Amino acid sequence: MNWFIRRTGHALFTIWAVATLSFGLIRLMPGGAAQIMTNRATRNNPNVDREVIARMVREQIQIDPNAPLHVAYYQYMSGLAQGDLGHSHWAGESVNSVIAGALPWTVFLMAISTVAMFAIALSLGAIMAYREGSGFDLGMTGIAIFFNSIPYYVAAVVFIVFLGHGTSLFPPRGRYPSSVDPGFTVDFIGGAFHHAVLPSASFIVTGYGLLALAMRGNSIQVLGEDYVRVARLRGLPDRRIALRYVGRNAILPMYTSLLISIGFMFGGSIILEELFAYPGIGFYMFRAIEFRDMPLMMGTFLVITVGVVLAIFIGDATYGKLDPRIKSGDESEAY
Amino acid sequence: MKPTDEGDAPEPRTDGGMFAGSDATQVTRKQRAREWFGEAVATPARIAWEDWRMKVGLSIIALFVAVGLVAWVSSSNWWLLDGVTLVEEPISNQGPTRLAPFENWDYPLGTDVQGRDLLAGIVHATPRMIQMIMAGAVFSSIVATAVGTVAGYKGGAVERTLMTLSDIAMTIPGLPLVIVLMVLIEPQNPWFIGIIITINVWAGLARTIHSQVLSLRENSYVEASRTMGMGTASIIQKDILPNLMPYVTVNFVYAARRVIYDSVALYFLGVLTYQGIENWGVMMYIAYDIGGALFNPNNVYMLLVPMIPIVLLSLGLILFSQGTDRLFNPRVRTRQAGETVSEEVDDSTTVVTQ
Repeated sequence: MNWFIRRTGHALFTIWAVATLSFGLIRLMPGGAAQIMTNRATRNNPNVDREVIARMVREQIQIDPNAPLHVAYYQYMSGLAQGDLGHSHWAGESVNSVIAGALPWTVFLMAISTVAMFAIALSLGAIMAYREGSGFDLGMTGIAIFFNSIPYYVAAVVFIVFLGHGTSLFPPRGRYPSSVDPGFTVDFIGGAFHHAVLPSASFIVTGYGLLALAMRGNSIQVLGEDYVRVARLRGLPDRRIALRYVGRNAILPMYTSLLISIGFMFGGSIILEELFAYPGIGFYMFRAIEFRDMPLMMGTFLVITVGVVLAIFIGDATYGKLDPRIKSGDESEAY
Repeated sequence: MKPTDEGDAPEPRTDGGMFAGSDATQVTRKQRAREWFGEAVATPARIAWEDWRMKVGLSIIALFVAVGLVAWVSSSNWWLLDGVTLVEEPISNQGPTRLAPFENWDYPLGTDVQGRDLLAGIVHATPRMIQMIMAGAVFSSIVATAVGTVAGYKGGAVERTLMTLSDIAMTIPGLPLVIVLMVLIEPQNPWFIGIIITINVWAGLARTIHSQVLSLRENSYVEASRTMGMGTASIIQKDILPNLMPYVTVNFVYAARRVIYDSVALYFLGVLTYQGIENWGVMMYIAYDIGGALFNPNNVYMLLVPMIPIVLLSLGLILFSQGTDRLFNPRVRTRQAGETVSEEVDDSTTVVTQ
C-alpha cells in the first residue's frame, strides 16, 4: 500500500510539473503563446485599448498577459484545477468540448494498436525463440528489422495509397462510415473497427519488430534457466512450461517497453490522425497548430500528456500484480 | 621481465599482466597509447566487423556520409570547391514537371510538381540531416551521461532530484512537446532543430546509466580508487564511464532515429517552414500538399522517392546498433576473441526496444 501511495504521489507530481511547464511555455518564454495571441489581437484591433486586449486573451487562455507572474500562475493553475482549458478560437467552442468529442476515439485507436501489437510481438518472439537458429527464426528476424526501420507515417502513406485508395478493402479516412448514425448498433461498431484497421496497422507493422526481437532474446535466456530444466525433468507438459515458466518470466522485462510505446503512440497520433483525417485528439492538435490556436494547442498537449501519465500509472500499478517483488520493498528490482 | 625500452615492441605478457606492477611506471606513453588502441579500437572493430549486421549497417551509414560530402562539395562556395558541382542543387523548373522515375536519365528519380530533380533533392537534404543527427545524438548522450553518472555516484538529494526530473521528462510524450516548441520557437538552424527534437530523449538513457552506476560503484576497483584518495571526477572518468559505452552507443543510434523520424515528420506536416529542399520531409510535404499525392495515383512516386533514404538510413542505424551487441555483450565477445568460454548456453541478446 505504501508503494501505491508513493506511486500516486509521483503521478500527481508529474501532472503538476507538466502543467507548470505548459504555463512556462505560454507565459514565460519570449515569443510564448500569450505573446503571440496578444500580438495578433493587437494587429486585428489596432484601436482597442491594451487592457481590453489583455482581457480578451485572458478569456481565451486564462492567463492575463499583464498580471504579475505569481498572479498569472495562480489564475492558470486554478483554471486547470477546475478543469477549464480555455476557449478555442478556431472551433468556436470551449477546448473542453472539443477534447471530450475527440479523446475517446484516440484512446480507442491506441488501445487496439497496443493490444494487437503486443499480442503479435510476444507470440512471434516466443515462437522464434523456440525455433532458434532455424530458417523461420532468421527470416522473421530480418523482416522484423526491416519493418522496424520504416517510420509509422511512411507506412500510413503506403497503406492509404495502396490499400485505401487503390482497393476499397479498407476506408482510408474518417472515424466511422458517414452513412451510419453513432449508437450501439452492429453497423456503427463494426464500421468504427473497420476504419481503425489502417491507422492501427501503421503502428503495428512498424512497431512490432524490435519488441518481437526483445521477446525472443528474453525467452532464449529463460529457456536456459535451471528451473525450466527442472520443470522438464519433472515431466510437466510442454504447454504448461511454455506458458507458466517461460512466457511469464520472459514477458516481465517487456513491461517497460509497453509503457514507453503507449507514450510514443499517443504522440504519434498527431501525424497519423492528420493523415487519416481521423478526428481524434491529435487531429485537433494539428488543426490548432495550423491555425495558431494557442488555447487548443496547449489544451490538447496537456490532455495527451496527462493521458500518458495515467496510462503509465495504471501500467505500473498492474505491474505490481504481475511481479510481486516490486511491492515487497526490494527496491533494486524496480528499475 | 626487463624494463621495456622505447620503440621496442612490448614483450607478450605471458603472466596476464599480474606481475608487471613494478614495470607499470616504465611503460612509455607511446606504448600505452598503442596498447590502448589495440584494446579499445582495433580488437573491438575486428570483432564487430565479423557481424554481417555491422557490415551492412556501417556501409549504409558510410554511404550517407559520402552523399553528404558530395552535396557539401557541390554547394560549397569556398574558393577551391566553388567551381566543382557534382550534383546540381534542386531548384524549380530545372527539368520538366511531373517526370516519373526511370524515364529520363538526366533525372533518374523523376521531378516534382515544380520540376525539381528528386535525386538532387535527396542528395542536398543529406548534409542538414547529418548535422541534425549529430547535434541531437551528441546532446542527448552528453546530458544523459552527466545526469546518470552524477546521480548514481553522488546519491542523496542530488540523486532524488535528478531522477525525478528524468522521470518527468520520460513521461512527457516526445512529439507533442517537440511540436509545441517548434511552433513557439520557429528554429531554422539544423543543429538547434536536432537538439530540440531530442529535448527529452536523454531521460531514458539517464535512467539506465543511473542504475548501471549504482551497481558499478560497489565494485572493488572503484572502492580501491576511492581508498587511494582519487577525486570523484577522475573516478567517474576512469572507472565508471568506460563501462557505460554500450548504453551510450545504443542511445546514440536511438536518438539518431528519433531525429530522422521527427524532423521528417515536422517538415512533412508543415510545422517547420522551409526555404529550399532542406529535408526529405520537405519533398514529402510538396508531394502531399501541392501534388496531392495521396489521392492522385500519378503523383504517388513523389511521395515514395523521398521515403527511400529515410527507410534506408534508419535501417542502417538499426543494423549498426544490433551489430554492436556482439561487441558489448561480454560472453559473446570472449567467445569471439577465442578466449575462455563459459559453458552456459546463454547468449541473450540485449535489444533496446524503442
